[in-house]
Parts: sequence; structure tokens; C-alpha cells
Amino acid sequence: MLNNEKISAKTTQQTVRQTIQWASEQRDQFPIFSRHPEWSYLDSAATAQKPRRVIDFLQEFWCERNAPLHRGVYRLSAQVTQDYEDVREKVARFIHAGCGNEIVFCRGTTDAINLVAHSFVAPRLKKGDNILISAMEHHANFLPWQQLCQKTGAELRIIPLRKGLVEGAFRQHLQVGLDLESAEALLDDRTQFMALNHVSNVLGVINPVTDLCQLAKTKNIPVLLDGAQAIVHGSVDVKALGCDFYVFSGHKLYGPDGVGVLYGRSELLETMPPYQTGGDMIEFVSTAETTFAPPPQRFEAGTMPVSAVIGLGVAIDYFQSLPEERLLRHENTLLQLATENLRSTKSLQKVQIIGDETDLTRKVGVLSFVIEGVHPHDIGSILDSANVAVRAGHHCAQPLMADLKLTATARASFAVYNNERDVQQFCEGIEKVITMMI
Amino acid sequence: MGNIEQLYQDTILSHNRSPRNFRKLEQFSHTTIGRNPLCGDVYQLFARIEDEHITDIGFQGDGCAISKASSSIMSELVKGKTLTEAGKYKDDFLQLLLAAKEEQQESVLAKLPRKLQVFRGISEYPMRVKCATLIWRALEAILQGQGAEAETAVSTE
Ligand SMILES: Cc1ncc(COP(=O)(O)O)c(C=O)c1O
Repeated sequence: MLNNEKISAKTTQQTVRQTIQWASEQRDQFPIFSRHPEWSYLDSAATAQKPRRVIDFLQEFWCERNAPLHRGVYRLSAQVTQDYEDVREKVARFIHAGCGNEIVFCRGTTDAINLVAHSFVAPRLKKGDNILISAMEHHANFLPWQQLCQKTGAELRIIPLRKGLVEGAFRQHLQVGLDLESAEALLDDRTQFMALNHVSNVLGVINPVTDLCQLAKTKNIPVLLDGAQAIVHGSVDVKALGCDFYVFSGHKLYGPDGVGVLYGRSELLETMPPYQTGGDMIEFVSTAETTFAPPPQRFEAGTMPVSAVIGLGVAIDYFQSLPEERLLRHENTLLQLATENLRSTKSLQKVQIIGDETDLTRKVGVLSFVIEGVHPHDIGSILDSANVAVRAGHHCAQPLMADLKLTATARASFAVYNNERDVQQFCEGIEKVITMMI
Repeated sequence: MGNIEQLYQDTILSHNRSPRNFRKLEQFSHTTIGRNPLCGDVYQLFARIEDEHITDIGFQGDGCAISKASSSIMSELVKGKTLTEAGKYKDDFLQLLLAAKEEQQESVLAKLPRKLQVFRGISEYPMRVKCATLIWRALEAILQGQGAEAETAVSTE
């Protein structure tokens, strides 16, 4: 489960040394870092770099195996169809779904959420009903619900934040979580749906989604979990989480862009009308009427991103080849190093961490921060000049920013290929920001 | 790639630290809002236009050093000027940042006051050009006669 319990809270010298060795081996798997050894790429929460396996696979795919899906009677097409369907089964095993039929391929997380909003929630939602989300959603898990509620006259309810402070050597850092008690009070018998992020893309905090799913279950409320950030930071078990839908994107999981996954419980998928109509999703079409294919094909209209789906299978193989405990420890070690630096380095005392935790195993390798008197965009540009790639902006989470009374933050995120040098380059870059701007 | 010190020149840093005309006008005839959807920055521009002259100007909001300095310098330059003069600054400045060819930039550079010339390096940072143009787009809207009654929002996208 994604709770980082597998790793200890304290970083020892020995664990640091071990992870350094391991990380340098992992980094070698990513060709972009041999082309650009100068870069500290700390924006994996936006999109991850791709391992050689995935890159080589895609090239090989187009040289050797490219053919249309489902349509050809010839061997090349039959093989591609088989490979594509094998990935469906692989994804099902990867997230512990019941079977491949519970896996729908989409364009990404955004597309998957829109599918559920359109085909599952919209037909059930009436004026006076409500949908529950949280105050820390990505726009992808906010706008579809906001728009749907506006259209039907339903109410969008929002689980508020609970804010606290974490002491640093020079200042207090902001701790942000969900206010669970309020969540319970917000659910009632007109609540038709709950949609929550598993891990926040801004704060990195792992939300107590298992508890929230359980709570929803007692009231028979279906739940969608946005796993865009969570999927790459440990194993996900949709049955144990107790959700009805789970969504994620390939490109954050070291895989190709243009592909994402919707997991939906079979009983629910079967009740849902198509999202889009067109080729490949039918049983029979006549001028008078059409019968649609059963799920998952019903939701895969038109030519699918075949290479990306099969490439996602390769990325999952890569990800699963990483020993989970080591991966989590590695990412958490980097998070701890960076956090400790920001908390206790005198020259960095103007930095405030947004989404800090006293126990850092409660978050993944995502570190948002602001610097007093410096706009995050300027932080981003100056870090860029130090070859450090971070994200600066509202992170597609403007309601969260407004709640925190911020317009933007800068965010560093850590992945399997990052190392201690990246953290050092990052901290030196921030010193440069402070010297230049303040 | 120019170096970052060229982007963050002293003029820009000083206007960022103490922006001029950084206030809401008590009495204004026009107001527009400039938004950069990329970063969420929002500025509100206020102008008092009397007899074809910008007799007072002010702005409020939150944004990066580039957008704040650009707003501050713009407000200094156009205050007291005629609408035609302000429009000329705006056209030349936008050409400096948005011209496709270096010759076009060079040709306009000499015409610009020094304070605006410091933004020249920004065209090398395409993601930041919008920060510098944000307030000018809000001014452009006012010069086109918008924002006279209801607030008008412009965006750099
Ligand atoms: C939590 C979260 N949800 C949704 C998304 C949207 O993912 P995509 O753009 O791949 O559809 C992202 C990606 O930025 C995210 O971090």
C-alpha cells in the first residue's frame, strides 16, 4: 500500500550511501541524462523522463510491429491486438483490479475523469444532489465536477483543509492536510459521488483515501480516486483502497504520453453509456439503431494510441522491476535531504515549505515552497539558469492556491533517477535566487 | 541563451522592489484586468483619461518581478502622455518582445526609452514574454476604449 510505512522515518548515513549507489545505476537507464548531464530534472510530478527500455521499445515497435488494432485479419494486426490486450491484463494485475475488462484505456487522467463524469455521474445527478471533492484537487478533478454541478443545479461540496505548522530553524513551515471530520459531515443522502486525489500534486501529501472510501461505502456513495501522482510512488491496490474508479496517466509513470488508464468496477462500467461514439466500440450498426460493445471496448472509440498503450506495458514492467522498498526509501531520502536543507540552512531562511510534514514518510517526493519577496516564476527562471528544472505556478490547483492565500508556489519533485547532487544543485540554485532577488 | 543577470537587471529589480504607481486610483475613468493563465498572475490597471490624456494611472496585483517591473515602468512612461503617445510606446514595446526577426527588434530598440530597453533580453525566454506584456495588454484594452464602464479582463494567452 501507498503509505510509505515500509521505510523508516530517519535517514542514516548508511541508507544515504546505499541509495546513492542504487540511484546512479537507475539514472544510467535514462538516456536524457547522458545527453544532458548538467541538468537537475526536478519536475517529474509534471512528467517523468523515460527509461531506455521504453524508448527502444517504441522505436522497435514502429520498425517491426506497427499495425492496426482489432481490424486486420493478417498476422501483424492479430499480434498487435494481442499485445494491446495483454497490457490490459498487465494493468489489471498492476493495480489489483478484478480482471482486464475493468481497465479502459484513455488519453490520460483528465480524459478518464471526464469519461466518468459524462457516462457515470451525469446520468445520475439531479438538482439538489451533491458531489464531494476536496480543496486540494488538480483542475482535472475539479472542473468536470464543477461544470457538471453548474449544469444540473447540483451542489459541489468541498472537504476543507486543515492547516498546521512545522518548526524549522528559522521559521515555521506550512502543514496542509484534509479535514476528515468535516468530510463526514459533508456526506448526506443526496451525495451522489465523491472524487479525491490520492496524492496531492502540489503538497505531496498522501491522503487518507482508504478511510474516506470506507466512509463513502457506509453511505453507498461511489468514489473516484485520482491516482495521477500516487501511481508512481508505490504499489496501488484498488480493492484494498475500496474505490470504485481509479485513474492515472502513463507519462508520469515513466511511460509514453497520450495514454491513461481508467479502472472501474465491472458492475459500474456495465451500466454506463459510451463517452464518445465512433469506430471500434460497437457490436452492430444499422441506419435504424446501434448496439454498443460491452466494456471496456464501449469506451475506446476510434483509433487508440496503440504504441503508447503497449509502451505503457513496458513502463510498468520497468517500474515493477524496481524493488519497492528501495525506491521509496530513495525518493524519501532525497525529500528529507532537501527538506532539511530548506528548514535549517541559514542562507535559505527566507524559504517556506508549503505542505511540510513532521513525519516525512507521510508524503511522497514532492516539495512545494515559496520565498518571501520572490515570485515563484522568478525562482523558476533563476533555477533554470542553474540548470535546475522545477515547476513554478499554480500547478493547475487554483482553488488550493486561493485557500492557502498564494498565487503560486515553486515545486521540486523527485523520481528514481534523481540523486544527492540534484538536491545540492537545487539548494545552491535557491541561494542564487535569494542573492539575486533580495 | 543570454545569461540570467541580463534578464534581471538592476532597473527591473529596483522597480520590482518598489513599484511606482502601485495603487488603486481614487478616481479613474477606465479599469481593465490583465491575467496570465499560465501562472495565475493578475493585475488590475486603473487610468484616468481626460481630454485625450492619461492624467493618472495606477495598478494593483501580484506577479513576478518581470511583470511588476514592466507595469511600474509602463505607468511612469505613459502618465501625462496623450493616448497616441501611449499607444506608440505600447506598439514599439510589443514589437521589441514579439518581433519574429532580430532586425525588427533592433530597428525598434533605438526608439524606445532606456527603461524599456532593459526588457530586450526577455525575448530569449519565451515563457516569460507574457509576464512582460501582461500590463501592456491591459493598457491596450483601455486605449481601445474598453473598461470604461464594466471591468474588462484581458489575458495573455
Ligand atoms: C493529481 C493530478 N491529477 C490529474 C492530472 C492530469 O493528468 P493529465 O494531464 O495526464 O491528464 C495531474 C497531472 O498534472 C495531476 O497531478
